[in-house]
Amino acid sequence: MSTVGDRGAAAPDTAPGAAPEAPSGAAPSRRRLLLLAPFAAAVAAGAGFYAMLRGLGSGSYDPKGVPSALIGQPAPDFTLPPLEGTDRPGLAATDLRGQGRPVLVNFFASWCVPCLIEHPQLTRLAREGVPIFGVAYKDKPADSLAFLQRHGTPYARLGVDQPGRVAIDWGLYGVPETYLIDRQGIIRWRWAGPLTEDTLSQELQPLLRRYA
Amino acid sequence: MTGIRLPTLRRLGPGLLLAMGLALAAIAPASAAVGDPAAMLPDPAQEERAREIGRELRCMVCQNQSIEDSDADLARDLRHIVREQVAAGRSDAEIMDYLHARYGDFVLLRPPVKPETWPLWGMPAIALGLGLGMILAMRRRQRAAMPGGGAEATPELSAAERARLQALEDGGGR
Repeated sequence: MSTVGDRGAAAPDTAPGAAPEAPSGAAPSRRRLLLLAPFAAAVAAGAGFYAMLRGLGSGSYDPKGVPSALIGQPAPDFTLPPLEGTDRPGLAATDLRGQGRPVLVNFFASWCVPCLIEHPQLTRLAREGVPIFGVAYKDKPADSLAFLQRHGTPYARLGVDQPGRVAIDWGLYGVPETYLIDRQGIIRWRWAGPLTEDTLSQELQPLLRRYA
Repeated sequence: MTGIRLPTLRRLGPGLLLAMGLALAAIAPASAAVGDPAAMLPDPAQEERAREIGRELRCMVCQNQSIEDSDADLARDLRHIVREQVAAGRSDAEIMDYLHARYGDFVLLRPPVKPETWPLWGMPAIALGLGLGMILAMRRRQRAAMPGGGAEATPELSAAERARLQALEDGGGR
């Protein structure tokens, strides 16, 4: 307070632009505004928090989610060997084009629990005729094989990426990750985490129709 | 570790301390594995360059560590790629571009300045400006609330007030 007083001493006249105390008629509404402002802020914060929790629950909001740098870009070039013991051929970038419809590339591993969670959804999509190409990421071939024999193979083609180098070209940072590639071989969508029923109906199915 | 209250801690005393010390000693080699000698480049100058590049790159798994600090599998792979490219004679910018093309802006711990990141980079200036504005506004209000200004304008005590003050002081001294 004393500094203010000193300043006042240095410049005894009030600053030219300084508005005098608000007229008495305006004072009560201003006080009401001051009381309401924190309340409104709390309501807004509550609504935002609720939306965030809803998003966390449904999977549409992921605080650790990172947008893919490859959206709108052609799929990277790669060739992966097939998994020994299956009848599925290996996977190369050229297989992604010329299918006449959008395709999915799904990175999975037998050691990955969310991969197990999304497996029924992949099976369903495969039954609906969506071409799904699998990449076994950093997995022992024997383990991948056991996983697929136990739960079924939804993949039309299956590549083995044991060193995980092709995955890095795709910008993968965990399994499972699923990419939608359109008919021209352009990456249109990436889903990091398990595909749920909600993801299918709200995100993937509309995109499959759009790029069909 | 969350539920330990202080009295419990005191009762357990030296034993617990010893256990904690042992636990720390057990952790130390694990974190040293980040600098696994087998993964280092033979040329110390190149290794130093690789480390400097790695410190600028975010580990996409742990997200708040650089790939040099992280022991995540992916971070190890990326460290390996950085070293491979350093050994192959690629420039720092080329290596950063390689990872940026795959992982986007998020992989860079120092985000690039571009329209999308202007608010981010401008935040310190914006916060400073807001703070200055608030201080100025408060000053103005205070000055306006005291017509005629501060200390100098405080009216002198009247004779009656001075006498009363004197009486109070005398009364308090007794």
